[in-house]
Amino acid sequence: MLWIAQRATAALLALCVLVHLATMIVAVRGGLTAAEILGRTRGNVGWAMFYGLFVLAVAIHAPIGLRTVAGEWLQWRGHAADACCAAIGVLLLALGGLAVAAVTL
Amino acid sequence: MSSNLDVDVWRGGAQGAYRRYQVPRQDAQTVLDVVTWIQRRLDPTLAYRFACRVGMCGSCAMTVNGKARWSCRTHVAKVAQNNRLTIAPLANLPIVRDLVTDMREFFDKWARAKGQFSPTATRRDDFARVVPTLPARKEIDAAIECIGCGICYASCDVVAWNPAYLGPAALNRAWTLVNDSRDGDRAVRLAAVAGDAGCHACHTQSTCTERCPKLLSPTASIAGLKRASARAALKGEL
Repeated sequence: MLWIAQRATAALLALCVLVHLATMIVAVRGGLTAAEILGRTRGNVGWAMFYGLFVLAVAIHAPIGLRTVAGEWLQWRGHAADACCAAIGVLLLALGGLAVAAVTL
Repeated sequence: MSSNLDVDVWRGGAQGAYRRYQVPRQDAQTVLDVVTWIQRRLDPTLAYRFACRVGMCGSCAMTVNGKARWSCRTHVAKVAQNNRLTIAPLANLPIVRDLVTDMREFFDKWARAKGQFSPTATRRDDFARVVPTLPARKEIDAAIECIGCGICYASCDVVAWNPAYLGPAALNRAWTLVNDSRDGDRAVRLAAVAGDAGCHACHTQSTCTERCPKLLSPTASIAGLKRASARAALKGEL
């Protein structure tokens, strides 16, 4: 199931990253200020859901990959390695969630 | 052709070293010819394996100039650089002595990948008919030709990084049985290859496919197992 979760989130991330990059380029080239950007994102359920999904996908995808890297490159496997990777996932979710909340709430 | 080959051959066990031999260059000479010449003319203590000499048995694989190859069908002309050869035992396997590796782990992994055929019929039933044009049968037309030489296993980085990884050959074998209409253990086999040491550990680097002397694609077999086990997992069959 980890493999399926990583594949599914990878597909989602490919889409999210494209939308994110396009949004950034449009915002910057359009000359929007930080205040103007926040004015558009705050209270916007669509952006909150998009970036919430983005963060969730990252929080699932990254720890699964790190778990493989830890096993193959550091020869670190077992419950401690799994717990550490899961903790990184929770950290990513928390930090990402805070960032999303800061710009959309 | 009158020149000599400088041949460095691995001697001893894991802590051994290369020893250099001078071997006369001959037309249509294979790497197995070179090793045999050394053993018969220069050093009868040299240990190596071979049986059929014609690319059927899969027993003579060695590392030649850094790459795993079947020595009986590898022409010196194809691999020698400046009339030099370096011959070592297969990687990713314990060395017994000289060019002989311990293949037990390699074949134990076939068993761990549930590489045994599990018949659904008995000896009292009629012969099973496998229609050659069925998609599942055509899927494994190439994969069933594996000769178990271990070249893919020795060439696989994931095996080197993760010693529990079942490896390309065992997973290729599992894929042939997953597609065998006469076999009754599909779910058990998919469960056996779906863990951390199974098909999902493959990074699709495809070195196995590049090096396979039979030109098979274990990568494609592993991709098939990934799809089949993912579908089974989503259906709750694993």
